[in-house]
Amino acid sequence: METKTSAKVPAGIDASFDQLNRDWYIDKVVQVLVFIGGISAIVFIIGIFVFISKEGYGFLVGEFNFKEFFFSPNWRPTSESKETFGILALIAGTASVTGLAMLVAIPFSLGTAIFIAEFSSGKTREFLKITVELLAAIPSVVWGFIGLAIMNPIIIQTFNVPVGLNVLNAGIILGLMAAPIMTSIAEDALKAVPDRYREAAEAMGATRWQVIYKVVLPAAKNGLLGAVLLGVGRGFGETMAVLMATGHSINIPTSVFDSVRALTATIAAELGETAAGSPHYQALFTIGIFLFVITFIINLVADLVVRGVRKG
Amino acid sequence: MFEATRLNQRNDTRQKLFRFGLGTMTGLLILPVVLILGTLIYKGAPVISFEFLFTGPTKGMTAGGIFPALLGTILLVVVALLASVPLGIAAAIYLSEYASDNWFTRAINLAIINLAGVPSIVHALFGVGAFVIFFQFGTSILAASLTLAIMTLPVVIVATRESLQAVPMAFREACWNMGATRWQTIRRVVLPNAITGILTGVILEVSRTAGETAPIMFTGAAFFLPLLPQDVFDQTMALSLHLFVVSTQVPGMPENLPFGVALVLISMVLLMNSLSIALRMYLRGKKKW
Repeated sequence: METKTSAKVPAGIDASFDQLNRDWYIDKVVQVLVFIGGISAIVFIIGIFVFISKEGYGFLVGEFNFKEFFFSPNWRPTSESKETFGILALIAGTASVTGLAMLVAIPFSLGTAIFIAEFSSGKTREFLKITVELLAAIPSVVWGFIGLAIMNPIIIQTFNVPVGLNVLNAGIILGLMAAPIMTSIAEDALKAVPDRYREAAEAMGATRWQVIYKVVLPAAKNGLLGAVLLGVGRGFGETMAVLMATGHSINIPTSVFDSVRALTATIAAELGETAAGSPHYQALFTIGIFLFVITFIINLVADLVVRGVRKG
Repeated sequence: MFEATRLNQRNDTRQKLFRFGLGTMTGLLILPVVLILGTLIYKGAPVISFEFLFTGPTKGMTAGGIFPALLGTILLVVVALLASVPLGIAAAIYLSEYASDNWFTRAINLAIINLAGVPSIVHALFGVGAFVIFFQFGTSILAASLTLAIMTLPVVIVATRESLQAVPMAFREACWNMGATRWQTIRRVVLPNAITGILTGVILEVSRTAGETAPIMFTGAAFFLPLLPQDVFDQTMALSLHLFVVSTQVPGMPENLPFGVALVLISMVLLMNSLSIALRMYLRGKKKW
């Protein structure tokens, strides 16, 4: 009997060593697996750049002419006589719509963010936050449809213009689209200002508004700037809504009632009709590279600006 | 003794004025959207019926239902989730449990921000270049879903990372002190405590994926298909693209039909978001630490 139990003990120890070994190996394997997950984001970002560059490469080394590409307003990729690939008018289209959208979205989103963060509490605050979050979830194709089916007749009637699909329409749509996201980022920035700042100012006899204007806003400045930049990036990259609401005609706009065409919308509208590998197809990918680089810079700057606030 | 001075009074009126002004702005931001949603319901609701949801389009899409598009959207979402949820959770575990605060982690975070910020049409170009052409999936559900998966990956990563980080450090330390390995701690202590938060992120991703249009236009979604897809290498119709098609590409479309499609799409998306918000509030109510 005794020999049996004493024989069991080393066996038990062996087993627990095996168990520990196995646990240790599993731990290492998992560490490698989650690391792969971690670097996947970097791999994908590089992958996006590599693959769109690969498809656009032929155009960049061939037909691409820096001056024509960026400074000619003539986008005639399918012209019989002479194809021209100038994206100036498309840039103007994107810029005008994004600019108008920001005129709408910046004051409203900052105002709403201040109202939610500083002037409301309890149920009202909860309700407003949820509403803003739901507004941010409306898909862009639905916004485009709203521009097409609801805003279009309203603009035609109100301003007595022949076409309601123009800079004004797309700008308002894009502004309404960008505002909820900007609001929640701006509200986060305002909430990140420590309460002791407010308490100190209130103790000095400052009113609520004075506290906000002199203390909270300056302290949240970078976060708010980050919110605006992300809004610009969002407007710049929006595709379906601007495709459907701008009127999609090549124009350098002189008034808000002109129809324009955006960079993103051009890709969306034309990629399906081009033959893979043709100059037109490659030119569309080159626009993609341009969009990628611009949004990358906007996001990078926004990140640096917001990070600055955390360090300070 | 404590009578309000004129300065006090002026400050007080000013304060009320600002409050009123900001409140009005908030109202002006929300009101148009409420009106728009009201119009969508008013014009779209009469179209929606059992037949509308469960039959295919007929007469060149000017009549009939949206079943193939609805089914297609569900397929796209499911395949996209199969790819992005495990990857996203792994990435979040790495960032929350393993990564230290160095340049490499910052690079990952920047990549995540950029994945979320790159225009959807650029994701579409990537999908065409990578999945359709390079990996030779052709225009298929697989190519479209993978494009969507990469595009919405940040949603899962950010939500999961936040809920992992909300688990107090003391929980992990207690577990380590019992001799548990890192992974045992994550599996038995961290993940069970964060699972509801992860779920809210997954639901949000469903909502995002279902609403996207541009990334699937050239990678796997078709304007119209007479047959339902048989496997992941077939093309499919999708609700979001269907809304684009019926509202811009088809002449002689009855006025209310696109409103019906828009209403179904937006209901689906908002339902998912509401579910996610409800789950989050339930979680907050339950939380004991």
